[in-house]
Amino acid sequence: MRLLPLIASAIVTTALVFTLDIQLKLGNAKAPRLGYFLSPQHGFWKNAEKVNANFDASIVANELQGNVDVYVDDRLVPHIYAEYDQDAYFVQGYLHAKFRLWQMDFETRVASGRLSEIAGADKLPIDRMFRRLGMVYGAEKTEANINETNPNMKATVDAYTAGVNAYIKQLDPSDIPFEFKLMNYAPEDWTPKKTYLFLMFMSYDLTGRSASVDLQMTNTRDYLGYDLFDKLYTNNQDSLDPIIPKGTVYEKPSIVPVKPVNADSAYLHKVNSLAFNTVEMPEAPDKNNGSNNWAVAGSKTKSGRPILSSDPHLGLNLPSLWYEMQITTPTHSTYGASFPGSPAVIIGFNDSLAWGVTNAGRDVLDYYEIKFKDTTENEYWFNGAWKATSKRTEVIKVKDSLDVVENIAMTHWGPTMFDAHYQNTQSNGRNLAVQWTAHRISTGVETFYLLNRAKNYDDYLHAISLWTCPGQNFVLATKSGDIAIKQQGSFVARWERQGDFIMPGEDTSFQWQGIIPGNENPMIKNPERGFVSSANQKSTDISYPYYLGAASAFPLYRGISVNMHLNKMSQITAEDMQALQTNNYNAFAATARPALMKYIQVDKLSTDAKRMVNEMTNWDLYNNVNAKGITCFKIIWDSVEQAVWGDELGGSAIPLLKPEAYVLLDQMLKDTNWSIADDIRTKNIVEDLKTQVTLGVEKATEKLLSLEKENKLEWSLFKATRVMHLTKTPALSRMNLPIGGGVNIINATTENHGPSWRMVVHLTDEIEAYGLYPGGQSGNPGSPYYDTFVNYWAEGKYYRLLFLSKEKLKQSERTKWHIQFQKINS
Amino acid sequence: MKYIVSIFLSGLLTYAVGIYGNLPWWSFVITNLLIAIALPMKPAQSFVAGALGVGSLWAGLAFGIDAANNHILATKVAKILPMGGSYIVLIFATASIGALLGGLASLTGSFVRARKA
Repeated sequence: MRLLPLIASAIVTTALVFTLDIQLKLGNAKAPRLGYFLSPQHGFWKNAEKVNANFDASIVANELQGNVDVYVDDRLVPHIYAEYDQDAYFVQGYLHAKFRLWQMDFETRVASGRLSEIAGADKLPIDRMFRRLGMVYGAEKTEANINETNPNMKATVDAYTAGVNAYIKQLDPSDIPFEFKLMNYAPEDWTPKKTYLFLMFMSYDLTGRSASVDLQMTNTRDYLGYDLFDKLYTNNQDSLDPIIPKGTVYEKPSIVPVKPVNADSAYLHKVNSLAFNTVEMPEAPDKNNGSNNWAVAGSKTKSGRPILSSDPHLGLNLPSLWYEMQITTPTHSTYGASFPGSPAVIIGFNDSLAWGVTNAGRDVLDYYEIKFKDTTENEYWFNGAWKATSKRTEVIKVKDSLDVVENIAMTHWGPTMFDAHYQNTQSNGRNLAVQWTAHRISTGVETFYLLNRAKNYDDYLHAISLWTCPGQNFVLATKSGDIAIKQQGSFVARWERQGDFIMPGEDTSFQWQGIIPGNENPMIKNPERGFVSSANQKSTDISYPYYLGAASAFPLYRGISVNMHLNKMSQITAEDMQALQTNNYNAFAATARPALMKYIQVDKLSTDAKRMVNEMTNWDLYNNVNAKGITCFKIIWDSVEQAVWGDELGGSAIPLLKPEAYVLLDQMLKDTNWSIADDIRTKNIVEDLKTQVTLGVEKATEKLLSLEKENKLEWSLFKATRVMHLTKTPALSRMNLPIGGGVNIINATTENHGPSWRMVVHLTDEIEAYGLYPGGQSGNPGSPYYDTFVNYWAEGKYYRLLFLSKEKLKQSERTKWHIQFQKINS
Repeated sequence: MKYIVSIFLSGLLTYAVGIYGNLPWWSFVITNLLIAIALPMKPAQSFVAGALGVGSLWAGLAFGIDAANNHILATKVAKILPMGGSYIVLIFATASIGALLGGLASLTGSFVRARKA
């Protein structure tokens, strides 16, 4: 034996194995364990799917009550035919896991504040935020309630869970999804709680902006004073075209919320002194989380049958939030987009009707300021006495580090989000408890379960009556000819401005005075105008007896555009509805451009500025892929806003809310001498709107010239729409897509946000449906089905959806594979 | 002959222990070591045999998988790692790591029975 070389060689070999078995640094992130990751029998190579893969399979599962046949079509959409309802959800869970397991794990980790566990201490701020906001608290309450009171929903979620776990159980460690290998962790069992956490995350995504906005509104009000605040953040929307047509007469409200007598002083406030620390705010849900939906009655269509359209606007991600499928059992046959993580179809249609949702945008989350007796936070002042808190302990595991423990003081309002232990740039040292309808028991799963089976308008009404949070506008069209829309959710009966700002929490005077009864929520059925629609605008005009929330939560112009087009249309076909969903008309610019032109002093402009203004005026008002005029318009408008608001808001140490575009536009249209136009930083000059607008154009021109140099004046090049992988890894994403649209546009595609599922359903005898989402049925970046629909989606094209009986589908030439699920011993 | 058999055995056993997803990815280090002990050769020869055994297996597997996948995943991974998005570089890197470790394992084994010079 040659001892020295042996030892030396053994050490080198061991050291190399060790080095290749740990996560080295790669830029700011951690690399995968290279030896493992590159091993062709263990690592990522195993996830490189054959492009002509065969998805036929035969699966035995003793959880099943009967047999289930799944036929998979050429777009990898599964069509489930089950003999028993629960079996269908078992198979749905199995298929979600088979194609989307990593995203299901990741999204529920985000929701429950468990990212640090896999990604390390960097993720602690976001984990702590979600824990303190009460995400796990809310999910646990819903789970406990369903377990106790709703055996059918419990069985449904249990069957779904069993399906997910049946897939995980048979998964060889070398076959786990790609991202687990990349981030170096392993799948864990699914639980019903994760399903509720996922739905909790949707509540956060669609109503959680208030958790940031209420703080910003409070700080902005304190900075400007209430009177100026109320001018710049006015709740008047002159051009509103509400979901329920103007002039509708509402019943007398059953709750009349009363504004506390001391509200003006104790709540609306004079100026406070501000001192801010510097901890970053976590990212709030996207302001553009919204959607379009509409249904046109037979009186407006060529066929005489209703057509329903729905396109929810959410973050554009890969793997997509949505997964298409058909579920057919003896009780129902339903097709549509499902959420990996939840049973049933979320937006879709069955053989009797179609439904879609848009976000209601109503404020259902408020902060109350808490006075604790001492730093133990064991007691807080309420109604003239010290009231005891309870403590909720949440343990955050942190990779390569010690656990972090959150002891959250629970008040009767809800969890204490901000206190001495947790502050951010906007919370300003306050102790704040959160009251949020999402903390209450949710029966959302049942709404979709029932909608999947609904046969008519009454079934639809019953199904959505169970919906609590996030509030949605549920649109309906039935084969029998009904169309309807109802805004449904647990909405707080508020007095004007209640909950826009942080509220005093020391007594009952600012508490919620009730939840609006479901039958008083805005709704309309078979209206004379022949269509119903929603695009996140305010649901009603001011004659509705309840306060809807701050106007900044309700975008104006998409709704105007949808209704303008639908009003004009007749003899409508499914193709017309597709064209409308992808329509790029800019209703905001249609009003704002002439207003701008009124104030631009063209003779004072430089040659370049004149050229840019010309580009803007010659534009056809469509945000099309190649348009340069929209880029000029956008940059000029932003720059004018900056010129007008910059002086009022620029002096604050913390970022304040920017007033909505309609505030400036309405002012420009009124053509009055407007004191706010004056730049308060220039002491001896009084600027008017003309000066400010012209100045804005010159500033914009500098930016436009540099964009022109980079060849980025064309709208799609400037906007650079992308569909990002959930880890934000560019190599796994689709960047720089050639697509038009944008904010205020029906085709609401912005940089990383937009129509996440487009669906058009024509309710003819044999349902004629079209749809697609910007992703692909497989969540595996190594599959050709990973991003199959993205190009088509960007082009504004649609797939005809296959919605057929088992016998017909088996014969279809688009059916490619058969996955058989069998009960044991059959 | 011993040389050819070593290469072949190294590749074969690496593949065999790789089938079991529960075993660690570096299990071939042990099998290479044992082969080199069982079939003693000069250290340099052992190194090359071990490197060729694992390296060619990994190259072959990666190449085959990549071709059947139309380079979809390898192109993405070669951007993450970063290798300029080149699947060829990634296959080469995969094979090199396998070869280097396989070779070192065999080299170590060869010293167990090698006589003093």
